[in-house]
Amino acid sequence: MMAEVKVPVVRNILQANERLAAANRKRFDDAGIFVFNLMSSPGAGKTSLLERTVEGLADRIKMAVIEGDLQCSFDAERIQRKGVQAIQINTDGGCHLDGNMIQIALESLDLNGLDLLIIENVGNLVCPAEFNLGEHEKVMILSVTEGDDKPSKYPLMFQLTSVLLVNKVDLLPYIDCDVEKIRERARQINARQEIFEISCRTGEGIPAWFSWVEEKVQEKKQARQN
Amino acid sequence: MHELAIAESLLEIVVEEGRRHDLQKINVIRLQIGVMANVIPEALTFSFEMVSQNTIASGAALEIETLPVVAQCSACGQRFDVENQVFLCTRCGKPDVKLVSGRELSLVNLEGETRDDDGGS
Repeated sequence: MMAEVKVPVVRNILQANERLAAANRKRFDDAGIFVFNLMSSPGAGKTSLLERTVEGLADRIKMAVIEGDLQCSFDAERIQRKGVQAIQINTDGGCHLDGNMIQIALESLDLNGLDLLIIENVGNLVCPAEFNLGEHEKVMILSVTEGDDKPSKYPLMFQLTSVLLVNKVDLLPYIDCDVEKIRERARQINARQEIFEISCRTGEGIPAWFSWVEEKVQEKKQARQN
Repeated sequence: MHELAIAESLLEIVVEEGRRHDLQKINVIRLQIGVMANVIPEALTFSFEMVSQNTIASGAALEIETLPVVAQCSACGQRFDVENQVFLCTRCGKPDVKLVSGRELSLVNLEGETRDDDGGS
Protein backbone atom coordinates (compact mmCIF):
# COMPACT_ATOMS: atom_id res chain seq x y z
CA MET A 1 0.00 0.00 0.00
CA MET A 2 1.25 3.46 -0.92
CA ALA A 3 0.70 6.64 1.04
CA GLU A 4 0.89 10.08 -0.53
CA VAL A 5 3.03 12.55 1.36
CA LYS A 6 4.12 16.14 0.95
CA VAL A 7 7.64 16.88 2.13
CA PRO A 8 8.84 20.44 2.73
CA VAL A 9 12.49 20.73 1.64
CA VAL A 10 13.65 24.28 1.19
CA ARG A 11 17.03 24.02 -0.50
CA ASN A 12 19.08 26.01 -2.95
CA ILE A 13 19.28 24.00 -6.16
CA LEU A 14 22.83 25.11 -6.86
CA GLN A 15 24.11 24.42 -3.34
CA ALA A 16 26.44 21.69 -4.60
CA ASN A 17 28.17 24.28 -6.78
CA GLU A 18 28.22 26.80 -3.94
CA ARG A 19 30.02 24.27 -1.71
CA LEU A 20 32.66 23.59 -4.37
CA ALA A 21 33.10 27.31 -4.97
CA ALA A 22 33.62 27.88 -1.24
CA ALA A 23 36.27 25.13 -1.16
CA ASN A 24 38.07 26.70 -4.13
CA ARG A 25 37.90 30.08 -2.45
CA LYS A 26 39.53 28.70 0.66
CA ARG A 27 42.42 27.32 -1.39
CA PHE A 28 42.90 30.71 -3.07
CA ASP A 29 42.82 32.51 0.27
CA ASP A 30 45.19 30.06 1.93
CA ALA A 31 47.64 30.65 -0.92
CA GLY A 32 47.09 34.43 -0.80
CA ILE A 33 46.22 34.62 -4.50
CA PHE A 34 43.88 37.15 -6.06
CA VAL A 35 41.44 35.43 -8.44
CA PHE A 36 39.03 36.99 -10.89
CA ASN A 37 36.48 35.43 -13.19
CA LEU A 38 36.50 37.08 -16.63
CA MET A 39 33.25 36.94 -18.57
CA SER A 40 31.90 38.35 -21.82
CA SER A 41 30.07 37.32 -24.96
CA PRO A 42 32.10 35.47 -27.63
CA GLY A 43 34.55 37.73 -29.43
CA ALA A 44 34.41 40.65 -27.00
CA GLY A 45 38.14 40.37 -26.35
CA LYS A 46 38.72 38.15 -23.32
CA THR A 47 41.80 36.45 -24.72
CA SER A 48 43.14 39.70 -26.17
CA LEU A 49 42.79 41.30 -22.75
CA LEU A 50 44.64 38.37 -21.20
CA GLU A 51 47.46 38.71 -23.72
CA ARG A 52 47.73 42.41 -22.93
CA THR A 53 47.62 41.73 -19.19
CA VAL A 54 50.27 39.03 -19.39
CA GLU A 55 52.53 41.22 -21.54
CA GLY A 56 52.13 44.20 -19.25
CA LEU A 57 52.22 42.62 -15.82
CA ALA A 58 53.96 39.23 -16.00
CA ASP A 59 57.33 40.70 -15.01
CA ARG A 60 55.85 42.15 -11.80
CA ILE A 61 53.04 39.73 -10.95
CA LYS A 62 53.30 35.95 -10.99
CA MET A 63 50.17 34.82 -12.75
CA ALA A 64 48.41 31.81 -14.20
CA VAL A 65 45.35 31.43 -16.37
CA ILE A 66 42.52 28.91 -16.54
CA GLU A 67 40.83 29.01 -19.93
CA GLY A 68 37.29 27.79 -20.34
CA ASP A 69 36.22 26.93 -23.85
CA LEU A 70 33.66 24.81 -25.61
CA GLN A 71 36.32 23.00 -27.58
CA CYS A 72 39.95 23.31 -28.72
CA SER A 73 42.93 24.80 -26.94
CA PHE A 74 43.84 27.76 -29.16
CA ASP A 75 43.32 30.23 -26.34
CA ALA A 76 45.55 28.44 -23.83
CA GLU A 77 48.25 28.16 -26.50
CA ARG A 78 48.02 31.90 -27.17
CA ILE A 79 48.67 32.54 -23.47
CA GLN A 80 51.35 29.87 -23.02
CA ARG A 81 53.30 31.42 -25.86
CA LYS A 82 53.70 34.42 -23.56
CA GLY A 83 55.35 32.21 -20.95
CA VAL A 84 52.54 31.92 -18.41
CA GLN A 85 51.02 28.76 -16.92
CA ALA A 86 47.73 28.22 -18.75
CA ILE A 87 45.30 25.37 -18.32
CA GLN A 88 42.50 24.69 -20.74
CA ILE A 89 39.13 23.38 -19.63
CA ASN A 90 37.03 22.10 -22.49
CA THR A 91 33.40 22.11 -21.43
CA ASP A 92 32.40 19.96 -24.43
CA GLY A 93 29.53 22.21 -25.35
CA GLY A 94 28.72 23.32 -21.78
CA CYS A 95 27.86 27.02 -21.72
CA HIS A 96 29.66 27.97 -18.48
CA LEU A 97 32.36 26.92 -16.04
CA ASP A 98 31.36 25.60 -12.63
CA GLY A 99 33.03 25.05 -9.27
CA ASN A 100 33.78 21.41 -10.00
CA MET A 101 35.63 22.16 -13.26
CA ILE A 102 37.83 24.66 -11.43
CA GLN A 103 38.53 22.18 -8.65
CA ILE A 104 39.73 19.67 -11.25
CA ALA A 105 41.82 22.28 -13.08
CA LEU A 106 43.49 23.26 -9.79
CA GLU A 107 44.95 19.75 -9.55
CA SER A 108 47.25 20.51 -12.46
CA LEU A 109 48.09 24.04 -11.42
CA ASP A 110 50.94 24.98 -9.11
CA LEU A 111 49.55 27.70 -6.81
CA ASN A 112 52.82 28.12 -4.93
CA GLY A 113 54.34 31.51 -5.44
CA LEU A 114 51.44 32.74 -7.56
CA ASP A 115 49.98 36.23 -7.05
CA LEU A 116 47.16 36.17 -9.54
CA LEU A 117 44.91 33.60 -11.16
CA ILE A 118 42.64 34.65 -14.00
CA ILE A 119 39.76 32.40 -14.97
CA GLU A 120 38.49 33.05 -18.47
CA ASN A 121 34.92 31.82 -18.64
CA VAL A 122 33.06 30.51 -21.68
CA GLY A 123 31.86 33.31 -23.97
CA ASN A 124 28.29 33.90 -22.84
CA LEU A 125 26.57 36.75 -20.96
CA VAL A 126 23.87 34.63 -19.34
CA CYS A 127 24.86 31.31 -17.79
CA PRO A 128 28.33 32.04 -16.34
CA ALA A 129 26.79 34.70 -14.06
CA GLU A 130 24.87 32.08 -12.12
CA PHE A 131 27.80 29.82 -11.19
CA ASN A 132 30.31 30.96 -8.59
CA LEU A 133 33.77 29.49 -9.04
CA GLY A 134 35.33 30.72 -5.80
CA GLU A 135 36.73 33.89 -7.37
CA HIS A 136 37.17 37.13 -5.42
CA GLU A 137 35.83 39.39 -8.15
CA LYS A 138 33.82 39.01 -11.32
CA VAL A 139 34.99 41.11 -14.26
CA MET A 140 33.17 41.53 -17.57
CA ILE A 141 34.02 42.88 -20.98
CA LEU A 142 31.49 44.47 -23.29
CA SER A 143 32.79 45.46 -26.71
CA VAL A 144 31.26 48.53 -28.31
CA THR A 145 30.34 46.54 -31.43
CA GLU A 146 27.81 44.61 -29.33
CA GLY A 147 25.69 47.75 -28.87
CA ASP A 148 24.77 50.03 -25.99
CA ASP A 149 21.56 48.13 -25.13
CA LYS A 150 23.36 45.19 -23.54
CA PRO A 151 23.20 46.16 -19.83
CA SER A 152 19.40 45.99 -19.92
CA LYS A 153 19.44 42.65 -21.70
CA TYR A 154 21.83 40.88 -19.32
CA PRO A 155 21.13 42.51 -15.95
CA LEU A 156 22.45 39.70 -13.75
CA MET A 157 25.87 39.80 -15.42
CA PHE A 158 26.07 43.57 -14.96
CA GLN A 159 24.83 43.35 -11.40
CA LEU A 160 27.36 40.77 -10.23
CA THR A 161 30.50 42.12 -11.88
CA SER A 162 32.59 44.66 -10.04
CA VAL A 163 34.39 45.81 -13.18
CA LEU A 164 33.09 46.54 -16.66
CA LEU A 165 35.69 46.86 -19.39
CA VAL A 166 34.24 48.58 -22.43
CA ASN A 167 36.52 47.24 -25.16
CA LYS A 168 37.24 48.20 -28.79
CA VAL A 169 36.71 51.92 -28.15
CA ASP A 170 39.04 52.56 -31.12
CA LEU A 171 36.08 51.50 -33.31
CA LEU A 172 33.67 54.10 -31.89
CA PRO A 173 34.02 56.51 -34.86
CA TYR A 174 32.72 53.81 -37.19
CA ILE A 175 29.72 52.47 -35.31
CA ASP A 176 26.53 53.63 -33.63
CA CYS A 177 27.31 52.92 -30.00
CA ASP A 178 27.00 55.52 -27.26
CA VAL A 179 29.34 54.77 -24.36
CA GLU A 180 27.45 57.27 -22.20
CA LYS A 181 24.33 55.13 -22.66
CA ILE A 182 26.26 52.06 -21.53
CA ARG A 183 27.48 53.95 -18.46
CA GLU A 184 24.02 55.25 -17.60
CA ARG A 185 22.30 51.85 -17.94
CA ALA A 186 25.10 50.07 -16.08
CA ARG A 187 24.84 52.60 -13.26
CA GLN A 188 21.10 51.91 -12.89
CA ILE A 189 21.78 48.19 -12.55
CA ASN A 190 24.95 48.33 -10.48
CA ALA A 191 26.12 51.72 -9.31
CA ARG A 192 29.22 50.25 -7.65
CA GLN A 193 30.61 48.82 -10.88
CA GLU A 194 33.91 50.38 -11.98
CA ILE A 195 34.01 51.12 -15.69
CA PHE A 196 37.16 51.30 -17.82
CA GLU A 197 37.08 52.22 -21.50
CA ILE A 198 39.80 50.28 -23.26
CA SER A 199 41.14 49.09 -26.58
CA CYS A 200 43.12 45.87 -26.51
CA ARG A 201 44.22 46.70 -30.06
CA THR A 202 45.69 50.16 -29.43
CA GLY A 203 46.36 49.85 -25.69
CA GLU A 204 44.17 52.83 -24.85
CA GLY A 205 42.88 52.73 -21.27
CA ILE A 206 44.88 49.61 -20.42
CA PRO A 207 47.09 51.28 -17.74
CA ALA A 208 44.01 52.06 -15.60
CA TRP A 209 43.00 48.41 -15.83
CA PHE A 210 46.51 47.34 -14.81
CA SER A 211 46.34 49.61 -11.76
CA TRP A 212 43.09 47.96 -10.67
CA VAL A 213 44.65 44.47 -10.97
CA GLU A 214 47.85 45.49 -9.17
CA GLU A 215 45.92 47.05 -6.32
CA LYS A 216 43.85 43.90 -5.81
CA VAL A 217 46.95 41.70 -5.95
CA GLN A 218 48.65 43.93 -3.35
CA GLU A 219 45.66 43.69 -1.00
CA LYS A 220 45.85 39.88 -1.09
CA LYS A 221 49.59 39.89 -0.66
CA GLN A 222 49.32 42.07 2.42
CA ALA A 223 46.61 39.83 3.85
CA ARG A 224 48.93 36.86 3.26
CA GLN A 225 51.84 38.52 5.09
CA ASN A 226 49.72 39.56 8.10
CA MET B 1 21.25 26.64 -21.66
CA HIS B 2 22.24 26.52 -18.00
CA GLU B 3 18.89 24.76 -17.48
CA LEU B 4 20.56 21.39 -18.05
CA ALA B 5 23.09 22.00 -15.27
CA ILE B 6 20.30 23.23 -12.99
CA ALA B 7 18.22 20.14 -13.80
CA GLU B 8 21.15 17.88 -12.91
CA SER B 9 21.66 19.63 -9.56
CA LEU B 10 17.92 19.50 -8.88
CA LEU B 11 17.77 15.78 -9.61
CA GLU B 12 20.60 15.10 -7.19
CA ILE B 13 18.78 16.99 -4.43
CA VAL B 14 15.32 15.49 -5.00
CA VAL B 15 16.66 11.94 -5.15
CA GLU B 16 18.58 12.53 -1.90
CA GLU B 17 15.53 14.09 -0.19
CA GLY B 18 13.28 11.36 -1.62
CA ARG B 19 15.47 8.67 -0.06
CA ARG B 20 15.66 10.49 3.25
CA HIS B 21 11.87 10.65 3.42
CA ASP B 22 11.46 7.10 2.17
CA LEU B 23 9.67 8.07 -1.04
CA GLN B 24 9.27 5.31 -3.61
CA LYS B 25 8.18 7.76 -6.26
CA ILE B 26 8.16 11.54 -6.62
CA ASN B 27 5.09 13.04 -8.29
CA VAL B 28 5.40 16.79 -7.87
CA ILE B 29 8.44 19.06 -7.40
CA ARG B 30 7.73 22.68 -6.43
CA LEU B 31 10.31 25.31 -7.19
CA GLN B 32 10.70 29.03 -6.74
CA ILE B 33 12.76 30.72 -9.40
CA GLY B 34 13.57 34.42 -9.49
CA VAL B 35 13.27 36.34 -12.72
CA MET B 36 16.98 37.24 -12.62
CA ALA B 37 18.01 33.58 -12.72
CA ASN B 38 17.10 33.67 -16.42
CA VAL B 39 15.62 30.20 -16.37
CA ILE B 40 13.22 29.25 -19.14
CA PRO B 41 10.63 26.98 -17.44
CA GLU B 42 10.06 24.89 -20.57
CA ALA B 43 13.78 24.31 -21.00
CA LEU B 44 14.14 23.30 -17.34
CA THR B 45 11.15 20.94 -17.56
CA PHE B 46 12.52 19.37 -20.73
CA SER B 47 16.01 19.00 -19.25
CA PHE B 48 14.61 17.49 -16.06
CA GLU B 49 12.54 14.94 -18.00
CA MET B 50 15.71 13.89 -19.75
CA VAL B 51 18.01 13.57 -16.74
CA SER B 52 15.41 12.00 -14.41
CA GLN B 53 14.71 8.94 -16.55
CA ASN B 54 14.97 5.69 -14.58
CA THR B 55 15.05 7.47 -11.22
CA ILE B 56 12.37 7.87 -8.53
CA ALA B 57 11.72 11.34 -9.96
CA SER B 58 10.95 10.09 -13.44
CA GLY B 59 7.64 11.53 -14.62
CA ALA B 60 7.45 14.07 -11.79
CA ALA B 61 5.75 17.36 -12.61
CA LEU B 62 7.77 20.53 -12.04
CA GLU B 63 5.64 23.33 -10.62
CA ILE B 64 7.59 26.52 -11.00
CA GLU B 65 6.64 29.72 -9.21
CA THR B 66 8.37 32.72 -10.74
CA LEU B 67 9.36 35.39 -8.23
CA PRO B 68 9.62 39.07 -9.19
CA VAL B 69 12.69 41.21 -8.69
CA VAL B 70 12.23 43.14 -5.43
CA ALA B 71 14.85 45.34 -3.83
CA GLN B 72 15.18 47.28 -0.58
CA CYS B 73 17.04 50.53 -0.16
CA SER B 74 19.81 50.34 2.44
CA ALA B 75 19.62 54.08 3.03
CA CYS B 76 15.90 54.74 3.53
CA GLY B 77 14.42 51.26 3.81
CA GLN B 78 12.05 51.61 0.86
CA ARG B 79 11.05 48.25 -0.62
CA PHE B 80 10.22 48.35 -4.31
CA ASP B 81 9.64 46.25 -7.42
CA VAL B 82 12.53 46.59 -9.83
CA GLU B 83 11.23 47.69 -13.19
CA ASN B 84 13.23 47.91 -16.41
CA GLN B 85 16.33 46.75 -14.52
CA VAL B 86 16.65 50.01 -12.60
CA PHE B 87 18.16 49.18 -9.21
CA LEU B 88 17.94 52.69 -7.81
CA CYS B 89 15.72 53.47 -4.85
CA THR B 90 12.34 54.67 -6.06
CA ARG B 91 12.06 57.02 -3.07
CA CYS B 92 15.51 58.52 -2.45
CA GLY B 93 17.27 57.56 -5.68
CA LYS B 94 20.28 56.04 -3.91
CA PRO B 95 21.98 53.07 -5.58
CA ASP B 96 22.72 51.24 -2.34
CA VAL B 97 20.00 48.59 -2.59
CA LYS B 98 19.77 44.98 -1.50
CA LEU B 99 17.99 42.33 -3.49
CA VAL B 100 15.02 40.93 -1.54
CA SER B 101 13.92 38.49 -4.21
CA GLY B 102 14.63 37.72 -7.85
CA ARG B 103 17.65 35.43 -7.74
CA GLU B 104 16.01 32.36 -6.19
CA LEU B 105 16.74 28.90 -7.48
CA SER B 106 15.03 26.98 -4.72
CA LEU B 107 13.37 23.68 -4.14
CA VAL B 108 10.35 24.29 -1.89
CA ASN B 109 8.67 20.93 -1.45
CA LEU B 110 8.09 17.49 -2.90
CA GLU B 111 5.04 15.31 -3.21
CA GLY B 112 5.48 11.60 -3.48
CA GLU B 113 4.49 8.18 -2.35
CA THR B 114 5.84 6.18 0.58
CA ARG B 115 5.29 2.51 1.09
CA ASP B 116 2.99 2.09 4.06
CA ASP B 117 4.85 -0.69 5.88
CA ASP B 118 3.02 -0.46 9.17
CA GLY B 119 0.40 -2.99 8.11
CA GLY B 120 -2.19 -0.28 7.84
CA SER B 121 -2.10 0.71 11.51
